[in-house]
Amino acid sequence: MTGAGSAAPAETAAKQNRFSARAFMGRFGAFIFLVALVVFFSILKPNSFPTPLNLFNIARQASISGLVAIGMTFVILTGGIDLSVGSLLALSGIVAAAVYKGGTGLLDTTAGETSGVGVGGAILIACLVGLAGGFAQGLTITKLKIPPFIVTLGGLSAFRGLTLLVGNGGPISAFDDNYKFLGQGRIGELVPIPVIIFLGAALIAHVILRYTQYGRYVYAVGGNPEAARLSGLNTGLIILSVYMIVGLMSGFGGYMLASRLNSAEAIAGVGLELTVIASVVIGGTSLFGGEGGVFGTVIGSLLVNVLTAGLTQLNVISYVQQIIIGLVIIFAVFFDRFTKARRS
Amino acid sequence: MNVQPILKMDGISKWFPGVQALHNVHLEVLPGEIHGLLGENGAGKSTLMKILSGVYRRDTGRVLLRDKEIEVNNPHHAQTLGITIIHQELNLMPNLTVAENVFIGREPNRFSFVQWRKLHAQTRELTDRLGIRLLPTALVRNLSVAERQMVEIARALSVKSQIIIMDEPTSALTENEVEHLFDIMRELKAQGLGVIFISHRMDEVFEICDRITVLRDGEFVGTVNAAESNPDEVIRMMVGRPVTELFGQGESHPGDVVLEVKNLSKTGTSDDPEKRVLSQISFRLRRGEIVGLAGLVGSGRTDLARCIFGVDPRDSGEIYVNGSLTTIQTPRDAIRAGMGMVPEDRKTQALFLAMSVQANTSIASLGDVAQFGLINGGRERQMVGGYVEKLNIRLANLDQPALDLSGGNQQKLVISRWLALKPQILIMDEPTRGIDVGAKAEVHALMRQLAQEGVAILMISSELPEVLAMSDRILVMHEGDMVGELTREEATPERVGAMMTGEESSLSVEGYEEAS
Repeated sequence: MTGAGSAAPAETAAKQNRFSARAFMGRFGAFIFLVALVVFFSILKPNSFPTPLNLFNIARQASISGLVAIGMTFVILTGGIDLSVGSLLALSGIVAAAVYKGGTGLLDTTAGETSGVGVGGAILIACLVGLAGGFAQGLTITKLKIPPFIVTLGGLSAFRGLTLLVGNGGPISAFDDNYKFLGQGRIGELVPIPVIIFLGAALIAHVILRYTQYGRYVYAVGGNPEAARLSGLNTGLIILSVYMIVGLMSGFGGYMLASRLNSAEAIAGVGLELTVIASVVIGGTSLFGGEGGVFGTVIGSLLVNVLTAGLTQLNVISYVQQIIIGLVIIFAVFFDRFTKARRS
Repeated sequence: MNVQPILKMDGISKWFPGVQALHNVHLEVLPGEIHGLLGENGAGKSTLMKILSGVYRRDTGRVLLRDKEIEVNNPHHAQTLGITIIHQELNLMPNLTVAENVFIGREPNRFSFVQWRKLHAQTRELTDRLGIRLLPTALVRNLSVAERQMVEIARALSVKSQIIIMDEPTSALTENEVEHLFDIMRELKAQGLGVIFISHRMDEVFEICDRITVLRDGEFVGTVNAAESNPDEVIRMMVGRPVTELFGQGESHPGDVVLEVKNLSKTGTSDDPEKRVLSQISFRLRRGEIVGLAGLVGSGRTDLARCIFGVDPRDSGEIYVNGSLTTIQTPRDAIRAGMGMVPEDRKTQALFLAMSVQANTSIASLGDVAQFGLINGGRERQMVGGYVEKLNIRLANLDQPALDLSGGNQQKLVISRWLALKPQILIMDEPTRGIDVGAKAEVHALMRQLAQEGVAILMISSELPEVLAMSDRILVMHEGDMVGELTREEATPERVGAMMTGEESSLSVEGYEEAS
């Protein structure tokens, strides 16, 4: 009896050690891969790739899809998915731009005039449009019990149609400097403001997920919805909220993109959902929900963009880039499953 | 008897990590015999059948099929040997036809094209042999449970089975359907097959079986001829052991009524919208008492718990907590009213397997350790650590995922979640299912301690000895009805067993029946 009792903890400890080596790779694998990629491209393009400007440009490239990916992390943690982010981003961007430029004159795309809502008003409008879109989808998912894949697939199409309607098919372009500041500005002529916003948002999201009651509930709902309900959580409200969060991030992302491009395009964010979902998944968040985090998503966003930028600078044509990104997504999930493989 | 048995299982033992599931068990089935296999839940019936059908490998013992020793490597291999198991949850493809299901994977074909006419003719031949009236072209989706069973039996015949195992085939059937099934079983018997029949219904076992083998706690108790035995003897074989030492006796001092359920009814399950799940259930629960809720699987005991706790909706009925009518529509409401529930299946209904022990314990009571929504990590650890200690949960550290704990420790983890809420009423559905003897004793001691502290406990258990030993009072359910209430003194294994199987009923539940 005593012998068995003392042998068991030793065995458990051994298991623990082996497990944590795997856990380490599971947790930091994406980060290690990111560093390896940067080193790889730096060796091949020593003069142009590892410059601060180039690296910050890549980070800026990552920041808008990254903002949306932060929201998407919440959704995927609950075991859901949102395919509508690209369309909602475009809709928010164009509505904000239209209002900013002149109230009812939605189709007026001439530069220079403003309606007086100001940049703050425009940002608020973009965020509200995103929130409303997320709210509508979240409500449909929780109340009508339609799978998120279907609801947001509908949203993907409907929001895009709405965007084209509002913009009359074309972009709303040419803003004043105030409007462009957040998207194009740099601190110290080097660090792009979108990057700072992206990392700030990631930090806030990290704190919410790790240190608040709400964050714990998000993991619980994704980990085991039935157990969450039996533990007294209001699972419907939590699910609704994550779609509002991703909506908010898409809305804000819509303003940021228009600000950076100096144009709110009706076709902005086409295919964005793929980049965003890829970033989250590569970052190690499980599509089944309940496991993962924002840290991984930041790494995942950077990784996708480093890969794209690096391949572009190596003159790899975009068709081949798509193939490579596709393979990386599949490999990431395989790797994730490998590191999480536990005794059955 | 000098007939050569079709099947002989001899000295079968099976260990699982930490438990011996089977210990030197014997089973012999003759050609043309219907052999009943009985035992309480957890007695080892399923394990034995899983060994026979190739799901598990035995650790010791021999399996002989027609006097030839065999190794059953996997379920498919079992089928080629002529051993077919028909599970409670039927294994059919609902969107295919009867004929397609019967011959799935073995359709008569020419150049890979199915020969439909031949397929249907062969199916009809089989159904005729069994005296079943089923259209080969009917979609399985549209069949009743009884008819689906018949499809499975036809399939078993089509693969030339010698042994057919039927695991509680009657639990979802009406009386007429049961009779029809028995006719078919007699037909199988007449054709010289061996049938192993698992059931909890004593009357059925004695109606259809030639011999009965009883298991208890993984041990072989005996095989009796049905004609020379009676239900009482078999029930005694199933449960008869001194149980008091194992569980220990506690004394309780029941106080005021904390929970009162009045005329709770529910009709309709996801399979069958007409099914009467619960009819007019009324009972009371007092402070500091443990009330056992006994009944067979499917008798409505778990449904009752889920309705009280707001997990499933009820059609009618009132719930009073501390004397006042309480609205309970969600588990959230129930928790607010001071209830907790340890559900039937900890893995699917209670645990967040990938999350830490700490998060698993605190999930329902984060409000106590959080300020403005921000969790105070130190306070959380302190609270969880306290319960880990109190419940003696063995773990490496609080950040370990729940998945890594053993069954018993996982169960204690689930209990700790509710203790952290300091409930007045704790519903425990199968609190010791699938955990080892040591952990079981600890859970029992804990339940007694909670009762002493004034918690009212409603315990559901399939293990009669557990119900008898732990309960201050015992409520018995049968097919959606509350059929009896017994005090600890009145309760004998035979009486509770008889009530559970619907042979006896004492409608004395504090006079609600007269009132309603």
